[in-house]
Amino acid sequence: MKRWRIDPVVMLVAPATAFLVLVFAYPFLYGLLLSFRPLEGGWNANYVRFFSSDRLFPTIGTTLELALPATVINLLLALPLAYRMRVTSRYQKWVASLLVIPISLGTVMIADGMLTYLGPKGWLSQVLQALHLYDGPIHLTHNYAGVLLSLIISGFPFVFLLVLSYVTGIDPVLPKAAATLGANPWQQFRHVYLPLLSPGLAMAFCLAFVQAFSVFPSAVLLGAPAGPTRVISIAAYEAAFEQYDDSMAACAAMVMGLVQLAVVSAALFARRLFYRGPVVGGKG
Amino acid sequence: MNLALSEANPVAMRTGVVQRLGSWWTGMNSVRSAVGGDFEELRLVGLSRHYGGALAGRVAALDRLTITVRRGEFIALLGPSGCGKSTALNLIAGLLQPTGGGIWLDETRIDVLPPEQRGFGMVFQNYALFPHLSVRRNVGFGLLMRGVRRSEADRRVDRALALVQLHGHGDKLPGQLSGGQQQRVAIARAIVVEPPLVLMDEPLSNLDAKLRIETRAEIRRIHRELGRSTIYVTHDQDEALSLADRIVVMRAGVAQQIAPPHEVYAHPANLHVARFMGYRNVIEFASAPRALGDQVVLARPGLTLTGTVRQDIQGPRAFAAIRPDELVARRMPSTGSLAGIVEGFEYCGRDSLVDLAVADGVRLHVRTDLPVSAGDRLYVTAPPERVLVYPPEA
Repeated sequence: MKRWRIDPVVMLVAPATAFLVLVFAYPFLYGLLLSFRPLEGGWNANYVRFFSSDRLFPTIGTTLELALPATVINLLLALPLAYRMRVTSRYQKWVASLLVIPISLGTVMIADGMLTYLGPKGWLSQVLQALHLYDGPIHLTHNYAGVLLSLIISGFPFVFLLVLSYVTGIDPVLPKAAATLGANPWQQFRHVYLPLLSPGLAMAFCLAFVQAFSVFPSAVLLGAPAGPTRVISIAAYEAAFEQYDDSMAACAAMVMGLVQLAVVSAALFARRLFYRGPVVGGKG
Repeated sequence: MNLALSEANPVAMRTGVVQRLGSWWTGMNSVRSAVGGDFEELRLVGLSRHYGGALAGRVAALDRLTITVRRGEFIALLGPSGCGKSTALNLIAGLLQPTGGGIWLDETRIDVLPPEQRGFGMVFQNYALFPHLSVRRNVGFGLLMRGVRRSEADRRVDRALALVQLHGHGDKLPGQLSGGQQQRVAIARAIVVEPPLVLMDEPLSNLDAKLRIETRAEIRRIHRELGRSTIYVTHDQDEALSLADRIVVMRAGVAQQIAPPHEVYAHPANLHVARFMGYRNVIEFASAPRALGDQVVLARPGLTLTGTVRQDIQGPRAFAAIRPDELVARRMPSTGSLAGIVEGFEYCGRDSLVDLAVADGVRLHVRTDLPVSAGDRLYVTAPPERVLVYPPEA
């Protein structure tokens, strides 16, 4: 029998594999098993409780109601901006830098800034009142709107950079060809850019959604964590650090992962319906 | 077969926000072309394109090109890369804005129109096929944009695919075709809308030698069958000679000669055109030529040539340009022949291309069917009417 030999180059993946096993696979499996060892009741007691409790089960809906609109709004904002900036101009670098600044801010810092700026006594409110534009109270913090806004601010740079890289990856000669065939700018976008971008947009949706679905700090700091913005991560946090029920917290985390997986799978399935291939128009 | 495309002059519609919004809205569904399929002539008048903002640093990619293209004519823009030929094509297509001059299609000024309103077909160097659309939908794209009815569009796509001999490939994606097939799809896509003018940007440069010659013949056939005009950009003089009715030889943004192929081939307007058209022997003479009847005599140490002046010679320097195939090589000397030693040769099958050292520092390229080997002594003569005498290049 021929001796089985390992190409030494293959060993280069060892550190990455070890890292994945230690930092992802092991904690995940640990959490999974932990969620089936409830403090009391049968093996699936946590899950039964999660899906029957009106303190826990509705957090899925609450989180989706925040994460889905935030992701879709970010995509809708990023697509036209990235499309506009596909051609290099003098201002492109500056505008791109400006749009990407929030990426360097932590969610807590964004939350703090928003509280100062948008709060009932914040600058926005004071300026509007001073100018007599709007005299009523401004409710943009400690509610759904505040959390949604912060998710949009913190998530936008990621979506924008992703979409920009997809847009600029499309061979610029294709819209030109469409133009010579009679396509006006809207038709060039509709018939050339959009179909070629769709798989990328689905990818961007997945990444942005997963990020938004795990919202925690802004839901606490900017939202109403007791009610309207009691997201699933808050439920997990409460179980772990207020009730000291690690098993229940693990169960909430598993449910969270399942929901994310379901949405991402749906998006990736939709992606299969589009053309996925090189986005150039012929030989380079 | 004619396109029902002619509509109100879009230039006149460019007044008022409401009308503009209106035309944008209707434009969402159907293309507004400046022209129908018919025209008499396309006129480029002083067409220029400069790069760089400041006046001092401005570089002319195309400098005052003026030419009238008649209906049915095949024009080749010929020149090395960077000579402005593609710039000219992009200006005509509307993909670039001119910085000077204008373009008229009969009485309509079209350089102010965006490309989608000009209605010209364009074949791009790298094909520019839509990778996500099938061959049929690629070819039918222009018809879709023009709002042509489905049944009519299907019929015309079939016809165009038949014209480029690609029936049966309609449902494939471009990525599944060979380079030559992709190029034919690009041609079908450009001609299916029956444009008054087809613009081709080095369409054969990505094909192998055999396919290039086949596709060349096909392009000529399609041009004849459509009876419209073609402007064809190439750096290959064989392509230009074999395809075009007239050739525009370009250099550094300036048209050097606009003439039928036989004239460009036999009587290049200047030394640059001569070099580009295969006059490989360019010999410099430091003294002014001496007139001898219709002809002139040029002399340098060890070498005297009789030639014909093609362009006025002002200064003391002159150049003689001779094609390798117009020099006649013999084993024995004859009157006026130049003696030389074979330094090297390329065997080309029917004949050989010989490097012949004739006088100090002068080496001639000679085509001959004599069997040669290095070190042989040959005697060459050149018919005076085929020794073209030019002043130095500007």
